[in-house]
Amino acid sequence: MTTTAKRRVRTGLKGNSTATSAEILKDEAVAHLRQDREELLLEWLQSDRVDGVLWMGATTAEQEAESARIYDTCIECLDTLSYEGAEEFAQQMARRAVRGTITSERLLGGMLALRDVYWHSLLRQYFEEPKRLDEVLKLFESVINRVLVIVAEAFSRERERVIKAQQGSIQELSTPVLRLRNGLLLLPIIGMIDSDRARQVTEQLLNAIRDFRARVVVMDITGVAAVDSKVANHLIQTIDAARLLGTTVVITGVSPNIAQTIVTIGVDLSRIETVGDLQGGLDRADRLLGYRVILEEKAVTQAAPTTVV
Amino acid sequence: MPVPILVQSPYLIASVQSALTDADLIGLQNDLFAEAQKRRSHGVVVDVTALDVIDSFSTRTLRSLAAMLRLRGVETVIAGIQPSVAMAMVELGLSMQDVRTATDLEAGLAYLRARPHGTVDRGQ
Repeated sequence: MTTTAKRRVRTGLKGNSTATSAEILKDEAVAHLRQDREELLLEWLQSDRVDGVLWMGATTAEQEAESARIYDTCIECLDTLSYEGAEEFAQQMARRAVRGTITSERLLGGMLALRDVYWHSLLRQYFEEPKRLDEVLKLFESVINRVLVIVAEAFSRERERVIKAQQGSIQELSTPVLRLRNGLLLLPIIGMIDSDRARQVTEQLLNAIRDFRARVVVMDITGVAAVDSKVANHLIQTIDAARLLGTTVVITGVSPNIAQTIVTIGVDLSRIETVGDLQGGLDRADRLLGYRVILEEKAVTQAAPTTVV
Repeated sequence: MPVPILVQSPYLIASVQSALTDADLIGLQNDLFAEAQKRRSHGVVVDVTALDVIDSFSTRTLRSLAAMLRLRGVETVIAGIQPSVAMAMVELGLSMQDVRTATDLEAGLAYLRARPHGTVDRGQ
């Protein structure tokens, strides 16, 4: 009902007799491809590119059902000249591709093979009438190309979506701000620091300082492999920003490598408190905050048996 | 809008309520100095929690205010700079190196109370 309505609108817009003859031709081609469906499906599944396997690990019945769905979707697009069905289907395929049941290479290859199957079938059908063949192929090619573009786009969109989600979770994981004691935060930095990440680290740290009313932050950079002047500047900016909030930053875990770079490039770290390792840094922080850690002999002797058991 | 100055002897609290014009800042500087002189205050906390923007002029005025008060033996603490403001300031190269900063008003007062009278800390 709706498809005939759409068709009428379209012919109405074109409004001349050639459009109508094209419509008739298109309907004819669609009817033909629907009629030879079983044969063509078989031809497709057995073509070189597909070789009987479109989906890895699917049964033959599933393969057939899925390939029939692709086939019908393409014909539907050709018939109605609307691509909503194709878009929906392409998105589903892309989801499955990301989950690994089908590769984009295989699906796109399969679609190309399907295009050839249609193409040959139309060629055979209109072999005797070159003019009509030309017309029908023109129509068909524009539709199938559009479908291919839709599928390819859905794939790249889906992949981008997954990458974005992963980036988000990596970012969240990469800069935890940990509470150690009242007024004391620990910020372990691991891996590469670039401008984006430095900004994000600063932001998270400052928000944590405000939320937990921290007075001292121990920033451990044991996990930072290398430092250049840019990274050093980022660190200093972070420290300066923290200081504006009234917080002292203690840097720990400066490796010999990094120490040498910092000295060589001449970054001024004199305003910044640095302590050898995390343990020393925590001691320093405790002193700044007025904490004293006392070792109780009793606790140690009591704890010993439980650790042995 | 002028900044209200609250007296909590021996300290003064300047609680900034809204964005400050340049004239407001100069007014704050003068009022605080006069008030500290009158009350013989030991310390001043300027609470800037409500400020979304701290530009170069505000920074300079606050720093010179601290320097002026220091000459009279009064310690100044800037309290409650917002994280986003701090980031913007660092990116613009504005610093408060020679001025004490504190997370919030409470921390600022705690710092002043912990400090022995008559000594002035020159920042960190």
